[in-house]
Amino acid sequence: MKSKLFDYIEKDNFVFNLSGMTKLLCFLILTFTVMFSYDARVILAVLIFSFWVLHVSEIQFSQIRVMLYYVLVFIAINFVLTFLFSPQYGVEIYGAKHVWFTITERYTVTAEQMLYQGTKVLKYLSVIPLGMIFLLTTNPSEFAASLSSIGVSYKASFAVALTLRYFPDMIRDYNDIALSQQARGLDLSNKERLGRRLKNMMNIFVPLIFSSLERVETISNAMDLRGFGKHKKRTWYAFKPLEKRDGIAIAICIVIALASLAITLFVNHGRFWNPFTA
Amino acid sequence: MKKLFEFKTKTIVATGIGAALFTLLFMYVKVPTGIPETDIQTAYGIGAFFAAMFGPIAGFLIAFIGHAISDAVQYGSPWWSWVIASGVSCFLVGLVYPRLKVDEGKFGWKDVLVYNLFQIGANVIAWIVVAPVLDIVIYSEPANLVFTQGAVAALWNAVSMGVIGTLLLFLYSKTRSGKGTLAKE
Repeated sequence: MKSKLFDYIEKDNFVFNLSGMTKLLCFLILTFTVMFSYDARVILAVLIFSFWVLHVSEIQFSQIRVMLYYVLVFIAINFVLTFLFSPQYGVEIYGAKHVWFTITERYTVTAEQMLYQGTKVLKYLSVIPLGMIFLLTTNPSEFAASLSSIGVSYKASFAVALTLRYFPDMIRDYNDIALSQQARGLDLSNKERLGRRLKNMMNIFVPLIFSSLERVETISNAMDLRGFGKHKKRTWYAFKPLEKRDGIAIAICIVIALASLAITLFVNHGRFWNPFTA
Repeated sequence: MKKLFEFKTKTIVATGIGAALFTLLFMYVKVPTGIPETDIQTAYGIGAFFAAMFGPIAGFLIAFIGHAISDAVQYGSPWWSWVIASGVSCFLVGLVYPRLKVDEGKFGWKDVLVYNLFQIGANVIAWIVVAPVLDIVIYSEPANLVFTQGAVAALWNAVSMGVIGTLLLFLYSKTRSGKGTLAKE
């Protein structure tokens, strides 16, 4: 169990120097574009673009290897499940049927199904670098400032800041409690029965939760004493003011989003790119 | 009198700490059931506990932030439809908040029943209605796949909230002393 969620290593390049607000905005615009569109060409373009930005931001492969592994497992499972549950969903969407080969009556592999599932794989793949860029190139102290600057209530933003601040403390508490309970003979491994394991876990949760509730008390008193929440607005120490490069980055993302929307409305006349019936 | 939607400093801090706990448990403390990708998420038990203690807004934000952060760290990007459904499930559990008096040391059989009715209702709505519908609308996933996944998630999350949430509320109520419990000698 790592005590840090992710490693933030400061660098000096275009992506790192952008304001956190810009990066959050671009991340949201591009992920929603990819989420909405089912056109493999648009998604492929965003995929290439996002990998290029990943390259520009000089993120090391070792920083994202674990994530990549998780995503590939997830995509593989989703691919198999989709085919098992709805092998003819592609045919339904595209209104055509080009059979490649037949496994059984129900599980016929069609070009339509493969296009649908292939597009889906691309969709998942293209979103990952976007999230990673935002996460790994933004100073964690700037997250709350970015959230509040795109219109999230500052109280909710402050909760996010507290989450990031106290996560390492929670991990440490959890490890301390788990180790001391195991030293007393509590088994948390696979060898124990399911019900028994749940019960053993409760022996960790109870001290963990109770110490957290005490912590809530202490922190909220400290914040109240400093007058937190008195005014409607607040400023952020970590906020990076917007500059020319932020304008450029946001403009690029908006152009991509509009282009994708135009293709959806005027070329495809729907969310799906249909090369089969034309 | 407890107000349903109040957002005091204490609620904010409880949200932050609760979301940190939620993230931690969501990522590392799962109980495998033997079926792939359908572990019992202990995090929902904690989320429901905090929702019942601090109200629906805290509940929503805890599950939403916690789920979004752990998704972002593990997969690079949050899976929005399920992140929203997580938030909705803990929001709905939080509606039970004005009915409970856990911090006055009261959590009897009737409260156990009320809490669990809210919890089961919340899971059914969040995982069998909200999550699959959003999956279909946002991601165009095949309907029968997402409804099956949703039903499995509803079941295991209800188990997690039912067992862990109820026990935590009960144990916490035991540590609190209620109003007027001092006896004159």
